[in-house]
Formats: sequence, structure tokens, C-alpha cells
Amino acid sequence: MIEDFSSLFHGFSVAIQPFNIGVMFVGIILGVLIGVLPGLGGANGVAILLPLTFSMSPTSAIIMLSCIYWGALFGGAITSVLFNIPGEPWSVATTFDGHPMAQKGQAGEALTAAFTSSFVGALFAVVMITLVAPLVASFALRFGPAEQFSVYFLAFCSFVGMSKEPPFKTVAAMFIGFALAAVGLDSITGQLRLTFGLESLLNGFDFLIAVIGLFGIGEILLTMEEGLSFKGRLAGINAKVVWETWKQLPRYWVTSLRSCIIGCWMGVSPAGATPASFMSYGIAKRTSRNGANFGKGEIEGVVAPETAAHAAGTAALLPMLSLGVPGSPTAAVLLGGLLIWGLQPGPLLFVEQKEFVWGLIASMYLGNIVGLIVVLTCVPLFAAILRIPFSIIAPIILVICAIGAYTVHNSVFDVVLMMVFGVIGYLLKKCNYPLAPMVLAIVLGDKAEENFRQSLLASQGKLGIFFSNGLVSTIMTLGLIALFWPLISNALARLRTRPAA
Amino acid sequence: MSDHMQGADSAGPSHRAVETGVGIAMAVFALVVIAGSIKAGIGWGSEGPKAGFFPFYVGLVVLACSIVNIVQVRIERTRGDLFANWGQLRQVMAVVIPSAIYVAVIPWTGIYIASAVLIAFFMRRLGNYAWSFLSPIAIGVPLIFFIVFERWFLVPLPKGPVEAWLGY
Repeated sequence: MIEDFSSLFHGFSVAIQPFNIGVMFVGIILGVLIGVLPGLGGANGVAILLPLTFSMSPTSAIIMLSCIYWGALFGGAITSVLFNIPGEPWSVATTFDGHPMAQKGQAGEALTAAFTSSFVGALFAVVMITLVAPLVASFALRFGPAEQFSVYFLAFCSFVGMSKEPPFKTVAAMFIGFALAAVGLDSITGQLRLTFGLESLLNGFDFLIAVIGLFGIGEILLTMEEGLSFKGRLAGINAKVVWETWKQLPRYWVTSLRSCIIGCWMGVSPAGATPASFMSYGIAKRTSRNGANFGKGEIEGVVAPETAAHAAGTAALLPMLSLGVPGSPTAAVLLGGLLIWGLQPGPLLFVEQKEFVWGLIASMYLGNIVGLIVVLTCVPLFAAILRIPFSIIAPIILVICAIGAYTVHNSVFDVVLMMVFGVIGYLLKKCNYPLAPMVLAIVLGDKAEENFRQSLLASQGKLGIFFSNGLVSTIMTLGLIALFWPLISNALARLRTRPAA
Repeated sequence: MSDHMQGADSAGPSHRAVETGVGIAMAVFALVVIAGSIKAGIGWGSEGPKAGFFPFYVGLVVLACSIVNIVQVRIERTRGDLFANWGQLRQVMAVVIPSAIYVAVIPWTGIYIASAVLIAFFMRRLGNYAWSFLSPIAIGVPLIFFIVFERWFLVPLPKGPVEAWLGY
């Protein structure tokens, strides 16, 4: 524990270098831009900018990319409050009370509340990561292939169980991701597979291309179809509004704390941020004294979802760092980045790459402070960018996506692939297939398969190895519970109502 | 996808038809994966499971899921919900087709010229902007990208004859 704190302080000394602070500001500003522009979300933005960071040191690079992520989280609130358009799925709940506040002329208050709650949520989650991540990592050091596979199993199962989308669609999307990940060189036998003689497929499908296509191009097509026109509210934030709002906020500390805990809890499991924000909003509505006013512009209705969403978004990095299992699509892209830099995400990171891990954790503290300052001061600027007509923004985003896809491997074929993924993304989204599990499967497919096959090799092909000791059986059982959670919770609810009836 | 009432807002392919199509496409994809896996070997080799072992079962799961999804959409959705009306789809195609052409010409023209033309086309076609307004943006944006990528980050992007003529 003491040793961890000294590592953290060392991390701060890395993060506070002028270059890294500069990188933080750049990252946050880019992130907010990405968060407010249609077609550029956190995952996609990080994917596009990832190749540009190859020339930096891994620590600076991850600071910049994670700051883009914080920026995108903050940016989602701006579009929700001012334009009633959630920039990211987890900002949907913020529109319920944020936009009515803006309509009443309280946009400044709503935004201040949203940003401050985001900050509080993130800070809570970072403290949690600081304390818990090293423990989880040292525990996970004992994992063999079977245990590691069971962790992946748990992650993917909770995706299926918690997804709003129909389970068979989630599973279909996920396993298509696995299939795409399998294309190309097999890492264990060194044999080529599923390439069908096509040279372009030798290296398989890069998840970055998939992310840029599915989330970027797909999103532009969706926006085009909806014929979106931005009709925004004016926002004025000045020091007085900020101060007045801050004086109100401590009143909601119970809501805030509860939302932090919900956020952290849900964020650790994949697909957490969106359900966390809805759950937190729902509970706040039920328990608050002003519950009846929710939906009409209640500041507490902004605090609850924003705190939870940001806490969850931050907590998603805990399993990524300590177990190598990302908790969100953006965390998955960051994990892919670590692999490209030659860092092996997972428990060993805390042993072998101390400076990197603690530099990142320290930058989470500083990055969120920088983020709060940037968003509070630059809201009018970002709102002005949102007013640029879509017919100007759309082709520019297309060009950015194309450049981003090209720079991954300097290959024009990847740009073509990105377009194909874009159309697929549009179709899947329209047909209610979730895209996040597909991306996660493309990123983790190879690792999951490797661990699965190594486990089977050790057990001579018997599946019993996944229930061979207490640890692995527990994780596998948790996975199965998560997988069938909708059925289980239904059954429990029926049991509970029966005695009453 | 039977009725072709062009322009009418209430007409378009039904959700059911498109979902069935997506389901069939997934099933075909699954069959391709299964076939490829069998070719790579799905049995047990000297290093444990062969290369096709994992993708083979992945393909089976995709196949099973797509069948369930197709059956579900055929049974459940009895009302004729629209996937999107023709007007909306035309809007989508107004992005897809120019972008596809854009991607296709990049190897010959380079990315900068193609981007300038794409931006100009979009602004003219969808925004009806005057040439005097759109030209600076269409030329300026690729120019900024050129400076950022070729000069600052030293990341070479695809270039065509015009850039070669200018000495790059």
C-alpha cells in the first residue's frame, strides 16, 4: 500500500512534466470536439488518433488518448443539454432534465452541474482505481490460461445479460467479432486461416478499422437518414453562474455519492456506463423529495446520471489495466493501443511497467481537473462548432475517418474496408444489433482463443478444466449467472410477488 | 422490398424484409467461416486444437443465432414497420455513393485532391452553398491536413500526380 502511494507520487511527477500537461490540454480539447460532433465518438476518436501517437513515448501517448476519452465524456453533456441530442449513449439520461433546464434559460446552471458531477464521479472512480487496481492485479498474477479465459467469459457473458438488445442479436454480433478476429495468421500454430487466398487478409481485420467504420461512418449515415438539424439553446456560463450552481450542489451529496457507487459498480462490468446513468437517474427520481419534478428541469436529475456515467466511464479502465479486459469500447481501443506499443495489458503491467501505469493513473486525476477547467471556460466555443451545418461537417468527418483508417497500416485497402464496415454498422444499428460487443470481440478474440486453446491443451481437450478449482469455477459460475441474468431476475421477481398475491 | 413508391414518405422497405436480409447475410457469413475453418483443420493436432477449431465453433454459434433471429423476426413482427422511407434512404445513398467513389479514386488522385472534391461536392449538393463560400473550405481543409500530417507528424498520406508535380 505504502509502496503504491510512492509509485503514485512518482506517477504525478511524470504526468506533471510540461510536455505531458500540454498533451493533456490537447487531448481534452480534441476529446470534447469528438464528443460534440456527430459521427465521432470516444472509441472512434481514439481509434483515429491512435496512429498519430506512435511516435510519442507510451506514457505521453496514453495520457493524450485517455484525455481524449475524458473530453468525450464531458462533451456528451454539452450536446445533451443544449441540443437535446445525446452525443454518446450514456448522455441520454442527461437530456431528460438537462434540456428542459436549458429551455427555461438555465443552460449555464445545467452545464455547470453536469460538468461538476462528471468531475466528481470521475474523481471517485479514480480514487477507487488507485486503491483497488493494484490489489486486483496482484491477485490476477496467479491466473493461468483457464482463469484468464474465465475472466473473458465473464466479461462477454455480462454483455449478453445486461444488453438492452435481444440476446441472440448480441451473441450474433459478438461471435461475428470473434470470427473476424480469427482471420489471418493463427498465433499458436502459425498457420493461415480464413484468408481464402486473399493477400489483403493475411494480417486479419484490424479492430481500429472496424471501430472507425462501425462507429464513425455508420453514425454519419444514421444522422443523414434522420435529417438532423441542430437547433440549439444559447449557453452563457460565467463565473457567477458557476459559483451559484456550486453553492447548490452540496445539497445533493447523497444522490451524488449513490451515483458514484452505482457508476463504479456498473462500470467495471462491460457495457456499464449507459445502464449506470439510467439506473442512477431512476433511483434518484424515486427517492428524491423533488422526484415529481424530474423531467421538467430538476438539477438533481442532471447530477445523478452525469455522475454515474462518468464514474462508470472511468471505472471501465480498472479491469482493462488490472485484468486486460476492457469495460467499454473506448477502453477496448485503449487496450489495443497498449498492445501496439508492445505493452501487455493485465496484471503484469503493474510489475513490469510501473512508471507507465502510475503515470496513467496520475494523469487521470490531473486530466479530469484540466477537463473541468477547459469545458467550463470553452462552452460557447464548442456550442458554436455544433452550429456548423451538417453539410460542411459531414464531408470533413468522412475525410478524417479516411485518413485515420489509412494511417493505421498505410494501406488504401483499409480505407475501403472502413467504408464496408460503415455500411454494415448502419444496417446493424438499424436492426438493433449492438456494436460494442462486436468491437470487444475483435479486440479480445485472439487472446480469448489463445487462453481457451492453451487450457484445452493442458487438460487434453476436457472442458472440465474450466471448473477444476475454486477460483476458476467461481468466475465461470458468475459468468453463467450474468449470461442468464434476465431469466434469473424474472424468476426471482415472480417468487417475490407470489406470497403477496 | 416489393413496393417502389418513389418519393412517398410512407413507403420504403419493411423492417422485416431488411432484418431477414441481414439475418441471411449473417448465416452466409457463418457458412463461409465454417467452410474456411474446416479447410484449416478443426481437429486435434500436435499443438492441441488445430487452427480452425475455435472459428469453427464460432461459425456454428453465428449460424444458430442468425437462424433464431430470422425465425423471430418472421414470427413476431406482424405489423408493417418501415426500415426507412425511400426519401431517407436516398439521403443515406447520397453519402454512401460519393464516399465510395472517394475511397475508390484515392489510389490514383491521392487523398488531398479527392478530399477537396468530396468536401466541395457535399457542400454544393447538400448545402447549396455558393462556390465563393465553399471553395476556401474545400481547399483549406485538405491543406491543413497536408501541413499537419506531412510536415508536423511526418506521416505520409497517399499522394497523386498533382502533389508529384508540386515536388512532393
